[in-house]
Amino acid sequence: MDFLLMAPVLIPFVTGILMLLFWGQRDVHRILNVAGAALLLTAAIVLLDSVARHGVQATQLGNWPAPFGISFVADLFSAIMVVITGLTALAVAVYSLGSMDEARERFGYYPLLHIMFMGICGAFLTGDIFNLYVWFEVLLMSSFVLIALGGERAQLEGSIKYVTLNLLSSALFLSAVGILYGAVGTLNMADLAQQLALLDQPGMVLTLAMLFLVAFGIKAAIFPLFAWLPASYHTPPIAVSAIFAGLLTKVGVYALIRVFSLLFVQNIALTHGLILILAGLTMVSGVLGAVAQNEFRRILSFHIISQIGYMIMGLGLFTPLAMAGAVFYIIHHIIVKMNLFLVSGIVHRLRGSYELKDLGDVYKTYPWLAILFLIPAFSLAGFPPLSGFWAKLMLVQAGLQVKQYVIVAVSLIVSLLTAFSMTKIWAEAFWKQAPAPHQPNTQHLTLMVAPVVGLALVTAVIGLSAQPFFDLAQRAANQLLDPAEYIAAVQSASLALR
Amino acid sequence: MHSLILATATRLLLPLMLMFSIFLLIRGHNEPGGGFVGGLVAGAGFTLYAAAYGVSQASNMLRIDPKRLIGAGLLVAVSSALLSLFLGLPLMTGLWYKEPLPVIGKVGTPMLFDVGVYLVVIGVTVTITFSLFEAEGE
Amino acid sequence: MEFIWAIVIGVLYAAGLYMIMRRSIVKIILGLSFLGYAANLLIFVVARLTRGNPPLVPNGAEAPIPPYADPLPQALILTAIVIGFGVQAFTIVLFRRAYRSCGADDIDELRTTEH
Repeated sequence: MDFLLMAPVLIPFVTGILMLLFWGQRDVHRILNVAGAALLLTAAIVLLDSVARHGVQATQLGNWPAPFGISFVADLFSAIMVVITGLTALAVAVYSLGSMDEARERFGYYPLLHIMFMGICGAFLTGDIFNLYVWFEVLLMSSFVLIALGGERAQLEGSIKYVTLNLLSSALFLSAVGILYGAVGTLNMADLAQQLALLDQPGMVLTLAMLFLVAFGIKAAIFPLFAWLPASYHTPPIAVSAIFAGLLTKVGVYALIRVFSLLFVQNIALTHGLILILAGLTMVSGVLGAVAQNEFRRILSFHIISQIGYMIMGLGLFTPLAMAGAVFYIIHHIIVKMNLFLVSGIVHRLRGSYELKDLGDVYKTYPWLAILFLIPAFSLAGFPPLSGFWAKLMLVQAGLQVKQYVIVAVSLIVSLLTAFSMTKIWAEAFWKQAPAPHQPNTQHLTLMVAPVVGLALVTAVIGLSAQPFFDLAQRAANQLLDPAEYIAAVQSASLALR
Repeated sequence: MHSLILATATRLLLPLMLMFSIFLLIRGHNEPGGGFVGGLVAGAGFTLYAAAYGVSQASNMLRIDPKRLIGAGLLVAVSSALLSLFLGLPLMTGLWYKEPLPVIGKVGTPMLFDVGVYLVVIGVTVTITFSLFEAEGE
Repeated sequence: MEFIWAIVIGVLYAAGLYMIMRRSIVKIILGLSFLGYAANLLIFVVARLTRGNPPLVPNGAEAPIPPYADPLPQALILTAIVIGFGVQAFTIVLFRRAYRSCGADDIDELRTTEH
């Protein structure tokens, strides 16, 4: 069981190490890359299955009991996130084989990718707030190099913004961890949950909550802290953009949900009310930003922001159904958003541009690609019966239950505007006549199309048989709302030590 | 820039520094020292050699690509952490061999971990300084 | 003693934030490192200052004699310093590359990715 919990961290790490040992051997890197990602997905699914059957699992690193040793905890939410990481890792690993240029491959693209997966899985599984900071730095460090790798001018400009804002957020996070330790004297999240409930300093707790909200808010790109995202996410090669767009901001969302369900639940009316307002503003500003854009990847980047609003909306409402909606939304969003970016990469391969004004005729020449675009695009906008519809339905229902009509109205209008953006891409890139003929580059196209088909199938499956996924999300939400099981798992892991 | 004094001194200093770095590594568990400082001293030794004889000669003497040295070090460190998993204990649990060995003292997985750190630090410092020397030579 | 440190930390945070908001990319690097130092010092002070009592177990005793300094914040700071060092080294190289390819150290000139 200890091995199962650590496997999602160890597998990408060992993959990265092996690649270092075979430095410069491109073929070996490509094989290890796919093998490592496939293994990660398998291990993640086994872990999720085990957590779904036996409840929350925990282990104490180095045989030190909590709260002194570092806990690793997998509840359903963590396990789901790890599975999604494995899935996206496999998709991007295969896609990179076809889309990444040889220079970047030789310069350590694959090891960096896997070290980033290690950081992401570590962040999802750790049960210690300072350890969470360390995992954040691991994934940030590799993402810094990934976004700058290649050194094109736009990339460097984008990375400056990305790096600066993320370092600012890390400094705030670190300060918050320091003050938290000073106030409570512990860093273990399960222990923190208990100690914070006993702490009689509402002002201090609120200050800490706000510090964490800002620190993770920058990483999750919520209103008004999102400006770095559309300025940087479209600059690196499309495989990197896709994994950033799908997965990285969601690590911030995960941290927000974890901290505001386990630690800061003393003054829900204030903190979660504020989060709900931010959610509405995030949705609106993201979608309005997207409407004004005319570049494929930048439209999609702005949509990430508006979609993050929906996830935060679930956290802000803070009812069982709303939290289940948030979890379901994250699952749906990561797959769909990543898929849209991957499609934009294929369009770029075939038509040579990301600018909507230079594109056109894709439907006429490649009808299969049009279908592959429509599945995630409709899902993103929330058309039945695709996964996005169910995710939005859950959130809207949850909003109606607690009579938060404003946020429900906002979310419905935003989803209409999302559909409008998608039709804009459809009309410009797929429907209209191309302004100039372009000689398509069909090299390695199969390797790029296969993951897109795979992710589209997953979206369709989630949409068509939503019930088991809904049940899973509901159980995960219940665990989040009642941390007793989480705390008990850490305690029993400590007691079982020899 | 070839300096006779530096070249002669390096020939004497490098073995001393390597020996001292291993001394630091072994002493490190309970007293000041450890893999990190040890690795730094060894890395400084190789850097000194590169300064005296040039990067290509230093790479020849090192024989192994420093990037692989990093990989090897990480592998040693990870395997030291993994050993306890096979005995059914949580990851990174310290395991010790009961009888202390002569000279080295108590041997266990933390020591193995330190050896990994030692190799990683040598690899990293040598990679950095060698590429700096090469950039300067351009 | 804490009072002086509180002021020092506050000044560091203020200086760091101010530098980040300047247009020169060199000042941004300095600002980011100031923020890092401020956070490290904050952890150090917030976890209470104890003078001259290292958390060491004396010969023959079973536990260190209170009041001893809390070793955990120092471990946290050590970790944060090492991470900060790596990140800073990367930032400097990145900004230098960016300066070379854009030919400007003014953040307002770096606008090609904004629209």
